[in-house]
Amino acid sequence: MLLLECPNCGVIAEETEFHGGGEAHLKRFGPGSSDQDFEGYLFQRENPRGVHFERWRHVTGCGKWFHAARDTVTLEVFGTYSAQTVEPPEDLLETIRAKRPGFKWRDIA
Amino acid sequence: MSDVTGPAPVSALNGAVFDGYVRIAEAPMRGMITLRGDLSSSMMRNGATKVTGCDMPGQRQISLGEDRVIAWMSPDELLVGMPLSETAEALETLAGTFTDPAFSAVDVTHARAAFTLTGEDALVREVLAKLAPVDMSPEAFPEGSFRRTRLAQVPAAFWMPEPGRAELVCFRSVAGYVFSILSDAAREDGIVGLYA
Amino acid sequence: MSSRLAGSGRRIDRSKKIEFSFNGRRMSGFEGDTLASALLANDQMLMGRSFKYHRPRGVVASGAEEPNALMGLGKDARFEPNQRATTQELFDGLEAESQNHWPSLEFDVGAINNSLSRFLPAGFYYKTFMGPRAFWKHVYEPIIRRSAGLGKAPKDRDADPYEHLYAHADLLVVGGGLAGLTAALEAGRLGVQVLLLEQGALWGGRAPVDGGEVAGQPVAAHIADLVAELEGLSNVTMRLRCMGAGVYDHGYVLGYERLTDHLSEKTGPRHRLWRIRARQVLVATGAIERPISFAGNDIPGVMLAGAMRDYLSDYGVSVGDRIVVVTNNDDAYRTAIAQKEAGLSVAAVIDARLAGGGALAQLAREAGIRVETGRAIAHVNGKKRVTGVAICSQAGSGAVLEEIACDAVAMSGGWSPAVHLWSHCGGKLSWDSERAMFRPDPDRAPTGADGLPFVATAGSASGALSLSEVLKDGRYAARTVVDRLGLSMPEATAPEVWEVEEIPMAPIWTMPEGATYKLRSKSWLDFQNDVKVSDVQLAAAEGFESVEHAKRYTTLGMATDQGKLSNINGLAVLSQELNVTIPEVGTTTFRPPYTPISMGSIAGEARDEGFQPLRKTPMYDWHEANGAFFEPVGHWRRPYCYPKAGESHADAVLREITAVRERVGLLDASTLGKLIVRGPDAGKFLDLIYTNMMSTLKPGRCRYGLVCDENGFLMDDGVVARLDEHSFLVHTTTGGAEHVHAHMEEWLQTEWWDLKVHVVNVTEQYAQIAVVGPQARQLLEVLGTPGISAEELPFMAWADRLVGGIPCRIYRISFSGELSYELSVPAGQGLALWTELMAAGHGFDAVPYGTEALHVLRAEKGFIMIGDETDGTIIPQDLGLNWAISKKKEDFIGKRGQMRSHFQDPDRWKLVGLETVDGSVIEDGAYILDDGQNDKGQRNMQGRITSTYYSPTLKRGIAMALLKKGPERMDEVVQVTKLAGGSVSAKVVDPVFYDKAGEKQNV
Repeated sequence: MLLLECPNCGVIAEETEFHGGGEAHLKRFGPGSSDQDFEGYLFQRENPRGVHFERWRHVTGCGKWFHAARDTVTLEVFGTYSAQTVEPPEDLLETIRAKRPGFKWRDIA
Repeated sequence: MSDVTGPAPVSALNGAVFDGYVRIAEAPMRGMITLRGDLSSSMMRNGATKVTGCDMPGQRQISLGEDRVIAWMSPDELLVGMPLSETAEALETLAGTFTDPAFSAVDVTHARAAFTLTGEDALVREVLAKLAPVDMSPEAFPEGSFRRTRLAQVPAAFWMPEPGRAELVCFRSVAGYVFSILSDAAREDGIVGLYA
Repeated sequence: MSSRLAGSGRRIDRSKKIEFSFNGRRMSGFEGDTLASALLANDQMLMGRSFKYHRPRGVVASGAEEPNALMGLGKDARFEPNQRATTQELFDGLEAESQNHWPSLEFDVGAINNSLSRFLPAGFYYKTFMGPRAFWKHVYEPIIRRSAGLGKAPKDRDADPYEHLYAHADLLVVGGGLAGLTAALEAGRLGVQVLLLEQGALWGGRAPVDGGEVAGQPVAAHIADLVAELEGLSNVTMRLRCMGAGVYDHGYVLGYERLTDHLSEKTGPRHRLWRIRARQVLVATGAIERPISFAGNDIPGVMLAGAMRDYLSDYGVSVGDRIVVVTNNDDAYRTAIAQKEAGLSVAAVIDARLAGGGALAQLAREAGIRVETGRAIAHVNGKKRVTGVAICSQAGSGAVLEEIACDAVAMSGGWSPAVHLWSHCGGKLSWDSERAMFRPDPDRAPTGADGLPFVATAGSASGALSLSEVLKDGRYAARTVVDRLGLSMPEATAPEVWEVEEIPMAPIWTMPEGATYKLRSKSWLDFQNDVKVSDVQLAAAEGFESVEHAKRYTTLGMATDQGKLSNINGLAVLSQELNVTIPEVGTTTFRPPYTPISMGSIAGEARDEGFQPLRKTPMYDWHEANGAFFEPVGHWRRPYCYPKAGESHADAVLREITAVRERVGLLDASTLGKLIVRGPDAGKFLDLIYTNMMSTLKPGRCRYGLVCDENGFLMDDGVVARLDEHSFLVHTTTGGAEHVHAHMEEWLQTEWWDLKVHVVNVTEQYAQIAVVGPQARQLLEVLGTPGISAEELPFMAWADRLVGGIPCRIYRISFSGELSYELSVPAGQGLALWTELMAAGHGFDAVPYGTEALHVLRAEKGFIMIGDETDGTIIPQDLGLNWAISKKKEDFIGKRGQMRSHFQDPDRWKLVGLETVDGSVIEDGAYILDDGQNDKGQRNMQGRITSTYYSPTLKRGIAMALLKKGPERMDEVVQVTKLAGGSVSAKVVDPVFYDKAGEKQNV
């Protein structure tokens, strides 16, 4: 069972306080978008063996959403960061590059 | 709507009490108001401190006054507490202070049930540790800490205003469940001695 | 025979006699005994029957690894099957029964399987229960069910409470033997927060049994010193009878504490499940001795050499008067020497190693013990008890050289580190060929949230087997974990140790080397699941070469002991068959728990009242006192109806509906979700959340709205009231409050964080009471409520009013089609308001009504119900709710989804009403038949029933249904399925059955 640090309230808590929210940094396609874009937004997901970016909500804690960068194999958590962003922070990416040289996730590397 | 007109409000469990190795008692109703908005703003500070007389709390802290509190709930939320009879006035004060609609003050007095756990400090901590995935040791959870977490299967928040006493708040509808599991955890023959 | 000796036994207190019973026979033991040691003291070697062949079995081990001595313990509400006699402490009044036999332990009819054993090979079930298909239900399944399982399942409700405990530690040490104590003390001295768990009742593990000296004093005295110092450290928490059950991700460890299993008087929690988070975990779980596979190695009286020594030293129990020791290592000589020192006889030590043993062997010889080297046991004589052994050359095929009479055999195939907890979370093993064991590879430890190692091993769990090695490794392990915690341990010289040195073992797993098939088919690997050497060989021959396949095919290691004794020997046999090395075969996966833990401990507080949070409204007690029959709605309990004395639920529902239609009824609607949505952008936000326009709603007015997900599917519905320019009160369904709140928060926080909006869940702040019916206004007027006329408070408006002196917010909204006022008050005044309304309603013959009446009332009006008309695949357009979908808005959640081609299909099933031609009530969940069959030969369907009731208002059955092209097919008669077969004719009608013009609610 994971331990995660909620960047909103600063607490390190066990997984049962949180709720997973799937893949991070999805770009929403609304009315006017092509079928292909809409399909990608609604259904196509990354399923990496290794570095992954995902969304979590601190459900029984502060109630806030955040992002986590995590290794799906070792379960190492590289870091958590604000939900109000469309991409991971650069310093976190530096950390991940150092630990997992050559990693690639969507167009992030 | 004002809270103090009409019949005297009743709490969820009419002040139920269980005496185990820690005493579990439903606390009398207190005024509770959720404040939402930018915590670093002067409008928020003015509103919260005006109705409580307490200092602004730090992250995951509770600021304790005589019979008033300000608890840090999330990066854009505080909970202010006061005697029940002063709730209406506090709401009025807040309505006057929060002139910007990006700030909200919402009465949640009746949405909550509150419990007081009293006993030997180590044992009060231990009873909470049976139900919440939180390190309740005095080092990890000193006076002034405020923790929103999971109590068995429901959300709850608690703090320790002084050694040997914990205050716990949960939703009103699950007051019976919470009282039951707290009482179960505090049963006379269940002492662990975890923080002894 | 086995018996109690005079004098010795370090764990027992001979002054405290304990009475217990076994299979109804009264026996006695001493305080400190285990059930197994006490049974042996009473010469009860036969303790159970094996699983498959019902062979007589005796105890083979002295600890948690025991495969045979499984018992049913206790009775009635405290009965529990499959408990290990070796770990069950004796207490006064303990009742035990052996398992898996009929009619008795001594004479078991099922033992016929033993004679049939050659017809029950590995994979028997897979090979036998193949076909024909028809045999499965009536032939195979009953046979398999009857033979499945060892013990009987308890029938009564468990009498004991259980609990959880969340504990946190810098360092968790699992195992309170010499290594664990040593490491815990080293870390504890540095001020590290240490939690030390020991599964047994005493500290120190097996070290005192095996002798030696530390710092000039006996091991036991050294242990006492360690324990005393640890007990004096306030930063160290020590728990006995608490097993480390499993190690999980990120330092999560389960500890299984048995609080009352050893007591006659059982009060308080029986088991406590410790849910531990540790920064570092030190596994000091010792080692487990391995049996050797030779013919008849399962006959009662054949025991692990270390266990036999334990019984002697710990409990003063002699397992046999005259024993034979068979070994591939030096350690087993200790058993021979101990036996001799106890004044008992040792017929011979059979050492399979050609060159024999080292210093211990010399000591044995000096004690006058006959030692044979290069020899093996060809077979054991005896049925329910060992009577002797036949000796042969290890190198041969089993030709008997000599028969030796004896009543017990001590066997030792060397020791395997108990690496389970190391391995649970991914710790890797490496093969030590000199010691012939898998041991933890410290370079491949389990890693935690930070990607760094969080588990280490100490002592025998690391593979250290001698006293000096264990002490050294305990200190080394302490240093490892202390370093990881960012502290440093000072250098210190290890205490001086005196011990007898050992020479290496020989990797001999089966004997003799060239054993014939006859011998191999009586050589047991897995005692509990009755797997023999020949079974594993057969599996390999039939192509089950992967260790995981061979395990499942033979069931090796799949019993409740999870192969603690059989694992290595099984791997060794498989590797020999496949002609590869043991590490090439690899191990099967170690999974938690280490030994089985109780279901009660897993449930913890979640039983009885604590099983599930029941949510209650402020008026719950009134409902209960007034005879409400409750139904669960999510976690809420809501009155379904209020039956009067002698009235059926169905009749009560009809009475309540009629009262509402004709007079007035009261509904506790407190469970409805209520969310305050406030901020400068609140209107804009709600326009995105709802399919219709909310920003144009005027303060003081209400509007019904639909919430969809991004797929376009209808998620929730409810009435939105605008409180002021910047604030809305959003009503959700009872089940939807948390969900819709979370939905809004998610969009606000993760997509539209630029919007200035707050959502506050005030569901429980207010009690809500619906006053419904043609006389609703009069009832409120009786209580002096001002300003509630059609002009002052029109339909779909709200206002704050005093009702009987209680300040209320009144919403004029209707879910029944009748004149309706929904009164909202702070929850703490809900009961007072309800009571006043009921009292005032007396003159109107007002009734409280429940959820079933509510459902029928809304169905008569054709109002949809989330969860009935919707199931997560329905869009609002399917339900004829196009009027509630804005065409003006550029965007709302679900708009793009609803534009997909499949949703434009003219053949979609759409909402209609159905009236049966004969007036009967259609069955729940029925389907509407279509012509022809599909490619599977099933009847085609063209729709399904979503709601169906008897309407007392229309005095006939009514239903709502989703029907292909439904709205275009008014007045058509369709056929609806019946469970009993056949169909019922129903006419397609408008779903609004009652007051189509909506006049009654708008008065």
